[in-house]
Amino acid sequence: MEAFDILLTASFWVAAIRIASPLIFATMGELICERVGVLNLGIEGIMMAGAFAGWVTVYAGGDLWTGVFVAALAGSAFGLLHGVLTGPFGLSQHVVGIGITLLATSLTYFTYRVVLPEVSSPPKIVPFQPLEIPLLSDIPVVGPALFNQTPLTYLAFVVVGLVAWVLYRTPLGLALRAAGENPAAVEAQGIGVAAIRIGAVMAGSALMAVGGAFLTMSAFNSFFFEMVNGRGWICIALVVFGSWRPGKALLGAILFAAFDAYQVRLQQLAGGVVPYQVFLMMPYVLSILALVLVARRASYPKALMIPYQRGER
Amino acid sequence: MNDGKSGGARTVLRLDRLTKRFGTLLANDAISLELAEGEIVALLGENGAGKTTLMNILFGHYMADEGTVEAFGRPLPPGDPRAALDAGVGMVHQHFTLADSMTVMENIALGTQPPWKWRLDRRAVRRRIRQLTEDFGLTVDPDKTIASLSVGERQRVEILKALYRDARILILDEPTAVLTPGETEALFRTLKMLVAKGLSILFISHKLGEVMAVSDRVIVLRTGRLVGERQTAKTSRAELAELMVGREIPPPRVSPAMPGMPRLVLDNVSTTAGAGLSPLDGVSLSLHAGEITGLAGVSGNGQAALAALISGMQPPVRGTVLIGGRPVKAWSTRAALAHGIGRIPEDRHAVGSIADMSVVENVIAEAYRTPRFSRFGFLDWKAARAFAQKIIGDYDVKCPSPDMRIRLLSGGNMQKLILGRALDPEPEIILASQPTRGLDVGAVAYVHERLLEARARGAAILLISEDLDEILTLSDRIIVISKGKLSTPSRRGERTVRELGELMAGHGVAGEELAHAS
Repeated sequence: MEAFDILLTASFWVAAIRIASPLIFATMGELICERVGVLNLGIEGIMMAGAFAGWVTVYAGGDLWTGVFVAALAGSAFGLLHGVLTGPFGLSQHVVGIGITLLATSLTYFTYRVVLPEVSSPPKIVPFQPLEIPLLSDIPVVGPALFNQTPLTYLAFVVVGLVAWVLYRTPLGLALRAAGENPAAVEAQGIGVAAIRIGAVMAGSALMAVGGAFLTMSAFNSFFFEMVNGRGWICIALVVFGSWRPGKALLGAILFAAFDAYQVRLQQLAGGVVPYQVFLMMPYVLSILALVLVARRASYPKALMIPYQRGER
Repeated sequence: MNDGKSGGARTVLRLDRLTKRFGTLLANDAISLELAEGEIVALLGENGAGKTTLMNILFGHYMADEGTVEAFGRPLPPGDPRAALDAGVGMVHQHFTLADSMTVMENIALGTQPPWKWRLDRRAVRRRIRQLTEDFGLTVDPDKTIASLSVGERQRVEILKALYRDARILILDEPTAVLTPGETEALFRTLKMLVAKGLSILFISHKLGEVMAVSDRVIVLRTGRLVGERQTAKTSRAELAELMVGREIPPPRVSPAMPGMPRLVLDNVSTTAGAGLSPLDGVSLSLHAGEITGLAGVSGNGQAALAALISGMQPPVRGTVLIGGRPVKAWSTRAALAHGIGRIPEDRHAVGSIADMSVVENVIAEAYRTPRFSRFGFLDWKAARAFAQKIIGDYDVKCPSPDMRIRLLSGGNMQKLILGRALDPEPEIILASQPTRGLDVGAVAYVHERLLEARARGAAILLISEDLDEILTLSDRIIVISKGKLSTPSRRGERTVRELGELMAGHGVAGEELAHAS
């Protein structure tokens, strides 16, 4: 079976992990936000802003890591806006989130036009190069997929571990999770719910932006407008798929990316017989199916999407 | 026992002329009180008397406009929950401040270790919890999630949380509101033991029986003012009730019952477990005109299923239901209304009313489609408003305008409105589920009077209540429900409280007794 053989090739898994990387960043970002009770629908726009911020920094002569840092900074600025509007101001998380996506997207367009008024096709930058880890990358199939990637991919995996550690192993994690379950419990301990939530949304948004920056700095080498292309929305589904747990969400991201990599290869294989749109659809259809199967008994954070204001019960 | 507590014991908490205003409302008016070491002081008052406001000031959730709080001789900075915790003041809120999906241990540890610490020291937390459970006999499994605990156990976690933070003063806000009678007793034992170990407790309640049972001293609040202070041993329920309400509350006069025709008969009815209801299992019951049948039992034994059945929300899977001697076929809420069943639902907020709709809209919610309030599919607002005004007048509802949202009414007034909606059409059958839960003494007396009036005009009433006092006061016949089965009925005074308690605990209900209840 040719279609099955694909799954055993190293190049397939290398692609899958590469496609998964931005999703992992952004999914972790969304997960942090939701764990403290904030649905961050600004994700799509924030990824776009991050993609642009990272790229333009490098284009302007900045170091690659400086680009990542600037992207994170841009993301956390939008996170601050989101956190303040939905927290102390108590506005609807849906409305604010959509608003942030629109704002971040348009701001990106605008800044792009200001920076590059005359250019018709966006200039390329020199992206992160794969960093081969000796010995480990020689393991067949898995080796190249996991140990011959760009530094940002390695960082994505480190972030998953970090998020899991902070959530489940630290006093801070207790406060974060409690803020998403029953904010009154946090307040009763003399910890400010608003501070916790704003901080978490800023950190989460920074991760989303780094996920966006991966696209320009580690995948496409350039910036164009449709590059985020719904990845943010997929990440929101991945958080649900992962039952708000970092490890499971990571698996979800890799699974989705694997489907995506697989359909591209299937297209080449079965091209002409089946319309290519069917293959394009496949990861999404499968992720809907997976959601239906997995997420029905997921226990979501009880205070998700509920604004908290002090002194109200 | 030891009556010398007030003499000699040092004062641990002192409130000095605390005043708090909300707009023009004076919620607390220059309240001063002291709590001594090893003492349980009850703060008694009706809803709206200012108890909870006072506690929220104490705990730093509100800022007082005037006055000071001192704990262990040192002033507490106002508006700072952390400071209250650090000073050894722990609070158990009426609505628990626990995160349900987290474990007992995680809930207790929350906020006790500095957030920048890279690792939560679980072992230390566990060790200390074990120490506390040994010292105070508060057994809870630290690794269970809160969601898997009973309400009583959750409260124990709240108390443990306070003890973990070295609280020497415990403030409990209406701690028994959510507990079963057994859990309440266990709580009281715990409280007595805590004070025996030198803690001091401020216990907020509007329930006289509990205040008499557990406190050393009672402080009574009324409309924001401190109106009296008594040693519990030297006062009586009647005296406290009068202080609390400001007037004498006579016990309801219950004339002898004159039972008539059976109006509603259940014959061997079972329901399936659904929507969080524990099911009914072969229940037979008949409600007679001019009689109040009291259904006693510990919450969660099928009361809700029986109420859902009679109010038409859940059909039976087995058995027959007869209304006025005729079997009921189609079973829906609309059918129940058409059969003349007046319903006072258990939860006036979730089921009994629509919070954000107006008083008028809520009052016609059960009858809006009848010709009285609508013609050709259009509502007759004039008739609706007139009806609302009538209920407001007849049932003594304090409500500035019939157009205001019902959520703005106090619990007592909302219940009066629902009572009016159910009773005004003079239904032949009345289902009263927990009709006085959470109401203050005055409102309770009012609801009882109205139910007795309905009985006098010949209604058949089923009173479902977890308050045994209420059942004993009002019921002509008492039936106990346990695990979805009913006991044989007993006439007023036929069974002792102890016997009823045995039945409620499930002893003797199963077996020969359940078969023929009529």
